[in-house]
Amino acid sequence: MSDTQAHSVAYVRDTMLPQQPAPAGQSGAVQWLRENLFSGWLNTLLTLLGVAVIYTLVMHFLPWFLHGVWDANSIKECRTIITDRYGEGATGACWGVIRERWHQFIFGFYPPELYWRPILTFLLLFVAVGPLLFTWVPRVLAWFTPVYPFLAVWLLWGGSGWTPIMIFAGFVLGAAILLVLSPRLGSIMAFSIGALVAILYFLFVVGPLIDGLQAILPWGLESVDSAKFGGFLLAITLGVGGIMMSLPLGIVLALGRQSDMPLVKAFSVVFIEFIRGVPLITLLFVASLLLNYFLPPGTNFDIILRVMILVTFFAAAYIAEVIRGGLAALPRGQYEAADALGLDYWKAQRLIILPQALKISIPGIVSTFIGMFKDTTLVVFVGLFDPLKGIPDFIRADFNWKGIYWEPFIFVGAIFFILNFAMSRYSMALERRLQRDNH
Amino acid sequence: MTSAPDAPEQGFRLSQLIYDTRYRSLTIQAIVFILVMGGAAWLVDNVIQNLNDLGKDFNFSFLGQRAGYDIGNAIIPYNNDMSHGRALLVGLINTLWVSFLGCVAATIIGVVVGVLRLSKNWLVARLMTVYVEVFRNIPVLLWILVAIALLTDVAPSPNAYKVNQQTGEAQASMLLDSVAFTNRYTAIPSVHFDRSLGSLDTALAPISLNFLALVIVLIASIWVNKRMLTHAAKVQEATGVRPTMWWKSALILVAPVVILAFALGINPEEPQIKGFNFTGGTNVSNSFVALWLGLSLYTAAFIAEIVRAGILAISKGQTEAAFALGLRANRTMSLVILPQALRVIIPPLISQYLNLTKNSSLAIAVGYLELRGTLGGITLNQTGRELEAITLMMLIYLAISLSISGVMNVYNNRVKLKER
Repeated sequence: MSDTQAHSVAYVRDTMLPQQPAPAGQSGAVQWLRENLFSGWLNTLLTLLGVAVIYTLVMHFLPWFLHGVWDANSIKECRTIITDRYGEGATGACWGVIRERWHQFIFGFYPPELYWRPILTFLLLFVAVGPLLFTWVPRVLAWFTPVYPFLAVWLLWGGSGWTPIMIFAGFVLGAAILLVLSPRLGSIMAFSIGALVAILYFLFVVGPLIDGLQAILPWGLESVDSAKFGGFLLAITLGVGGIMMSLPLGIVLALGRQSDMPLVKAFSVVFIEFIRGVPLITLLFVASLLLNYFLPPGTNFDIILRVMILVTFFAAAYIAEVIRGGLAALPRGQYEAADALGLDYWKAQRLIILPQALKISIPGIVSTFIGMFKDTTLVVFVGLFDPLKGIPDFIRADFNWKGIYWEPFIFVGAIFFILNFAMSRYSMALERRLQRDNH
Repeated sequence: MTSAPDAPEQGFRLSQLIYDTRYRSLTIQAIVFILVMGGAAWLVDNVIQNLNDLGKDFNFSFLGQRAGYDIGNAIIPYNNDMSHGRALLVGLINTLWVSFLGCVAATIIGVVVGVLRLSKNWLVARLMTVYVEVFRNIPVLLWILVAIALLTDVAPSPNAYKVNQQTGEAQASMLLDSVAFTNRYTAIPSVHFDRSLGSLDTALAPISLNFLALVIVLIASIWVNKRMLTHAAKVQEATGVRPTMWWKSALILVAPVVILAFALGINPEEPQIKGFNFTGGTNVSNSFVALWLGLSLYTAAFIAEIVRAGILAISKGQTEAAFALGLRANRTMSLVILPQALRVIIPPLISQYLNLTKNSSLAIAVGYLELRGTLGGITLNQTGRELEAITLMMLIYLAISLSISGVMNVYNNRVKLKER
């Protein structure tokens, strides 16, 4: 049939037609505009609205930004300069406050000659978390990760150089006992003994030991009081410290919540739900007002540490939920395979379950960290100098800068935005990478 | 004579408590229980000792004492002769009120932004992305502070709305002739009834019978409408033809309320500038507006992301399959896309509501007296009962959170995919 059909065709073109350029209205910028901005009456309306919004914003704020003054030492001077330059009634940003007080926004009242210490701590943070977060960082660096917290505390607060070493030694002691005894006594007994020895060491040995060593061979850094902390130094210390310390607690709580033991499960659920059910601000008030009631009479320690404890509890509850999500996302087969290999609970968790569950949870942990970092601004309500309200209020108390609102808001907001935006992009990239791995 | 050997005597050794999986979990639980209870006992003991040292006791009788402070934004009747307990109640209602209005506004803005972010319009999609990223990555405290600074610094004084006799113009003009932002309060219209049915006095607050009547009529018409729809479904199943319903539904839902409102003589009362202040409408304090704006704009950014994710989560195949079955676009949306998207959207949405409610405690930054400001602020400072006040405050927040998540669980169970 098809043959007869073919024969009946009188003429078949056997060469290609030369390509024609697309019609003028359907190519290039015009076509792009038509497709993306003016494809219908609704879209056109939206575009016009968008342009109007941008126009209003730019017209309002552009002159203010363009008239910015950097070289002024008080808000009055700023206004004089702006009036001289741009005429009566002109408004402008007074960035002089940032130039004069940037160090307070970043470091609070930390002694200026010691700024290298927080900066070094911040840079070393990337070395410490690098092996966890980036695949291209050499794995060898992972030994630095457990050392970092002790080093960071010492660098920030200063004091005797023996303190971090001896406290680290306590953890090493506990871990060593665990490793040596676990083949003979089983992991539970070994863990109990190791923990007991470590606790006894911390309670009775470590204090005199540090004093003794310091008397024999004194070395260390100039100590800095907690009251000197402020600005982003405080925010980052609380955020990073809270997340780091809450990770172990969060893992324990998550495992507790998944546990078969009803009592352990109940305690974990109560803790997690209680902490997640109340605002962080009430927990901070517990830190500032109630902690003295809960501790033995006469105990008094500094407010940053107290806030850090409550922030850790707060973060731990959220981290526990994130990790629980990771545990739940693992296929059932992984648990069954671990059982089939004859691994006991802790070995199964350590070798099979947790490495996978934690890897899945990293994006969630990063976003918990972003939330934590933003929430650290609430410490202003217990009298600490956060970068958002505490420090600007302090600066505004100076007569020279009375009534300056927008410049500190923009400066601090921009730093928060840059840090958090970078972290959220990273966590999205990580999510994509993990997704590809799983399929 | 041989007899079967006795089973080996199963003596119980102490080591079995650790090495035998039958007993191990009991041992661990016993140890955990002892540790937790020991810790709790230690804390309670410390508290008792500390209270003794300070000469304080633990009781809530301060809630019955005279409060002696004023609350600017009381929704229920309150004056400073009333008790701390009443002040607590005022604070709690303020918390719930600002949270409720915040959730409503955040949902509306969030849904609009989330949908627009998926729009094909390049410019609008980019603008919405900028909105979401800027608001998500900066602490909510900043947005509340920006809102209050805008209202107190930039907004004109009520005086500026006064018409100048010579020029016949005012320095500032009201939004849509009914909303005026000033540096002390925001004047908005209020609802006024020409014919009042009186009010019902309850212990909590007097309730206007007009509002009550409107609400009752509305609920009744929704119920009747539901019955009618059930009936229509029955008719459709029996005969295959669905009776035309839309105009009946519209009539039953709208007509009774409109008629009643008309009978009661409902009309908006616009704020008018009289002397130095606005009278007529309602003057809402700036602290409330700032808190509400900050919370809603911040939470809306998160809700926008949730809505966007929910819509993207429904694969295109679902729409195509619905079209292939011959469903029209609106039926596809209501029967296929929305039920699936809502299953994805609702749980994180509710946890955002929860966050907003908890964040309302930031009212402390602008001086709006809600639960944290009354019970956890002035009452605490006046009576010096930190332990009782903070415990009570945490328990109340916990109760609010748990009831919201309880609602979420009920919903989750209802929409859960029924696996067979």
